[in-house]
Amino acid sequence: MGLMNIFDITGSAMSAQSVRLNTTASNMANADTAAGVADQVYRGRHPVFATVSASALRQVNNGFAQIDFSDNGAVGVRIAGIVEDDREVQARYEPQHPLADEEGFVYYPNVNVVEEMSDMISASRSFQANVEVMNAARSMMQRVLSMGR
Amino acid sequence: MTINFQNALGVHEQALLLRDKRTELLAANIANADTPGYKARDIDFRAVLNNRLGLEQGLSLRSTHAGHLAAGRMDQPGLSYRVPLQPSPDGNTVDEQVENAAFARNALEHQASFEFLNDRFAGLIKALRGE
Repeated sequence: MGLMNIFDITGSAMSAQSVRLNTTASNMANADTAAGVADQVYRGRHPVFATVSASALRQVNNGFAQIDFSDNGAVGVRIAGIVEDDREVQARYEPQHPLADEEGFVYYPNVNVVEEMSDMISASRSFQANVEVMNAARSMMQRVLSMGR
Repeated sequence: MTINFQNALGVHEQALLLRDKRTELLAANIANADTPGYKARDIDFRAVLNNRLGLEQGLSLRSTHAGHLAAGRMDQPGLSYRVPLQPSPDGNTVDEQVENAAFARNALEHQASFEFLNDRFAGLIKALRGE
């Protein structure tokens, strides 16, 4: 039934958005985590969203690994992967820092806090929109269940 | 005289089912608002309802040879992609405001269809009781 699928669809979107919020939190928390070597420093992480068909979503929710994309009905969201930001990490000249290398450089993550903040707002707004949809679907369903009374 | 449910319920039964389906599509659009490359979809309500009621047949291709392929999507008349109001760099065509407005409107129309259907049932029950 149509309305039942909505819970799967919006649920998948909410969990995807919360993964996004999670990566944002991780990026912000580590924005000032320094490292002595450039390739050991924390790099920003970003989720990649992809669509997934509703029937595949139900199978995932039921614990089956098999995914089929055969139906072209409504679709939910899944996290296709989490990618690390490949921009240059920041090298700062801080010779007094205990982690500084021989030349006096300390390496900081390539996290842009302003970008992360706007990403956070976007994720929480999208999450909110999906909560609204789920509430609306729930009340529609409750109405339908009361038919004939 | 017998009660004919088809006549008693009229268009509202199909309308309510279609509203359900449309709710699902709009929810999927809102859910995929941040998915790169996702194309927002919607149905042409009038076309699909007419098709369901048998007033209008969907387009079909005549096949005169066993190797002819059926045209795709003919089972789902009216299901189409939304034309975006503004382009987005990641190829996503979901406009959250448009989708939210459509969703709210569809929810109200769903309620309207439900009320009509419910009234029909109330009328039937009244007739059956004969009070």
